[in-house]
Amino acid sequence: MVNKKDFQLTHTKPKAFLDVYPEKAGDNTITHYCPGCGHGILHRIIASAMDKLGITDNTVMISPVGCSVFLYYYYNTDHIQVPHGRAPAVATGMKRYLDAAYGKNKKIIISYQGDGDLAAIGTGEIINAAHRGENITVFFVNNAIYGMTGGQRAPTTLPGMVTTTTPYGNDDKDFGPPFLVSEMLTVAGGSYYIERTGVFDAASIKKTEKAVEKALKYQMEGKGFSLVEVLSNCPTNVKMDAPSSMKFVKEEMTKYFPMGVFKDGGKAVKR
Amino acid sequence: MAAKKVKREISKGNESIALGALHAGLDAYFGYPITPSSEIPETLAKHYKKELPVFLQAESEIAAINMVYGASSCGARVMTATSGPGYALKLEGISYIACSEMPCVIVNIMRGGPGLGNIGGEQADYFSLTKGGGHGGYRIPSLAPNSVQEMYDFTIKAFDIADKFRTPVFLVADGYLGQMKEGITVSKPKIKKYDKSKWATTGAKGRDPNITVSIYIDHDDMEKYKIYLKKKYDKMEKALVMVEEYKVKDADYVFVAFGLASRIVKDVIIKARENGLKVGLIRPKTLWPFPYKTITKVSEKVKGIITVEMNQGQMVEDVRLAVEGRCPVEFYGRCGGNLPTAKDIYAKLEDVVKKLGKGEIKKSKAKKAPAKKVKKPAKKATKKAVAKKAPKKASKKAVKKPAKKTAKKPAKKTGGKKRR
Repeated sequence: MVNKKDFQLTHTKPKAFLDVYPEKAGDNTITHYCPGCGHGILHRIIASAMDKLGITDNTVMISPVGCSVFLYYYYNTDHIQVPHGRAPAVATGMKRYLDAAYGKNKKIIISYQGDGDLAAIGTGEIINAAHRGENITVFFVNNAIYGMTGGQRAPTTLPGMVTTTTPYGNDDKDFGPPFLVSEMLTVAGGSYYIERTGVFDAASIKKTEKAVEKALKYQMEGKGFSLVEVLSNCPTNVKMDAPSSMKFVKEEMTKYFPMGVFKDGGKAVKR
Repeated sequence: MAAKKVKREISKGNESIALGALHAGLDAYFGYPITPSSEIPETLAKHYKKELPVFLQAESEIAAINMVYGASSCGARVMTATSGPGYALKLEGISYIACSEMPCVIVNIMRGGPGLGNIGGEQADYFSLTKGGGHGGYRIPSLAPNSVQEMYDFTIKAFDIADKFRTPVFLVADGYLGQMKEGITVSKPKIKKYDKSKWATTGAKGRDPNITVSIYIDHDDMEKYKIYLKKKYDKMEKALVMVEEYKVKDADYVFVAFGLASRIVKDVIIKARENGLKVGLIRPKTLWPFPYKTITKVSEKVKGIITVEMNQGQMVEDVRLAVEGRCPVEFYGRCGGNLPTAKDIYAKLEDVVKKLGKGEIKKSKAKKAPAKKVKKPAKKATKKAVAKKAPKKASKKAVKKPAKKTAKKPAKKTGGKKRR
């Protein structure tokens, strides 16, 4: 029998995470995400940032419709699960009321959305929230496909990509080229900080850690609308093993989705 | 409820709804302008950053209902106002709100429909409002004022019901009621505050997380939850029915009407009684829960019931459910923004009395005989009545109106500054 006390814990799960997941059916010690999925990495990055900034107690997280619908299983925060695409509107209602009731920026609102949620059905809500400069933080997971519903084309799907609704390869002339959310929201009058990062290798993960922390800090300081677009892998639906799917993001997706900062301090960054 | 201030003032229907909301302690308003409800946000905008902490004209009706969902989840007293087309957009959000038991007030100032319709008053959203227009099966209390005073009073009551039962509440009127100006008594009653700390999402400091959710993946969990909701709906059904019985005690014939239609019917009743006819009115003040019991009781002793609506027959189906064939149920309605006139309703009443006045022997037989026998004569009567009335009116006016419409429409498209 090994005694836990003999070992020094050097890496632990962020405190913003629950120890076990009481809301989750089945095994409540592991997540529901596929092995190797980028959601897991980003979830951890956000939780670490919440620990570092000390905001867990005063945060409400919004989960969308998509694989991350069950985000509320994992974090030790208040949660609301919302209709497909509407998270920025829900965030608007929450933040404006909480500011009035508890004081400006005392409560932090995080919206976590996928590409169907944000770039298809939710375009109206995200553009207007960015336009108005709602003081919220949005984490946008871009894996170029629809995960939860089984691998259909997303607005972000690359030309030629095989999906269940583009079985012969995505025809971008017919269905449009990959949807550039970060570029689009840079133009929105009220957006303050927009960056595209990834979680496909150590370097990109480090960049995401910095961007996530920055985006949350800006909300604490009341600077305005911040969005981090995170290029992520979906091994199951892109039909690759996890390392290959990460390579796909690093080598193929970045061709269409240039990485880096688009807007900071409320001003577009020269690229 | 001790009144703090009591004063009389003249108010417009829509404005009195806004006033009622403010006096009920409205924290947040989100909405999209749509005729004939826009005076509600316009009035509230004047109070933003004063008595009203949060006000936002949303980019769409869909965004607005989701803002309501979010703010309500955080414990706010929150409202949105719209008309038919906007209400339709809100249905998914309303379904989430109903399932997750978020309190809020949703105002529908009904207009011509379906589709874009027109901006005249109708009562044609009755089915959608009372039978659950959104998906999944839910029940939402619907308050139906018929005066500017009630628009003020019922709005205040709606917020209380919402918090007491953790439910969205509909405040239902039509375009004309919204525009009407009447004197009202502004009472500013004491507002009861409800403790929302056990479920409101405000940051989980010092407690377990509160989760606002409407997903129940496990089938047993979903079924259990829906049984729980059904129990709540049963409680609301018992507690929330509001109905007015006007001159019903000795009535031989009874009207059933709500909202503006009930005001017109009251004029008809006054005239009928002057002419020696004993007529009364049952006025549902809540469309859900519907006053089935009141109507059932009355149907046992009257010769006939006439439902008057500003649509093509919606509430009449609930009336028939309550009556269950005990007496004939007739329908009279106008729509498209046209109102049933007192004159035409009176003519319908005379027709019904002529037809059913001979039915006294049948009536006593009906009480003793099994249900089937009672049903047959009733059906024949209604079919004939509808056949008699409808073609005449339809043919006369149908011929005229299309001509008028085609002439008008181009003008509207090119030039008109008419508010939409």
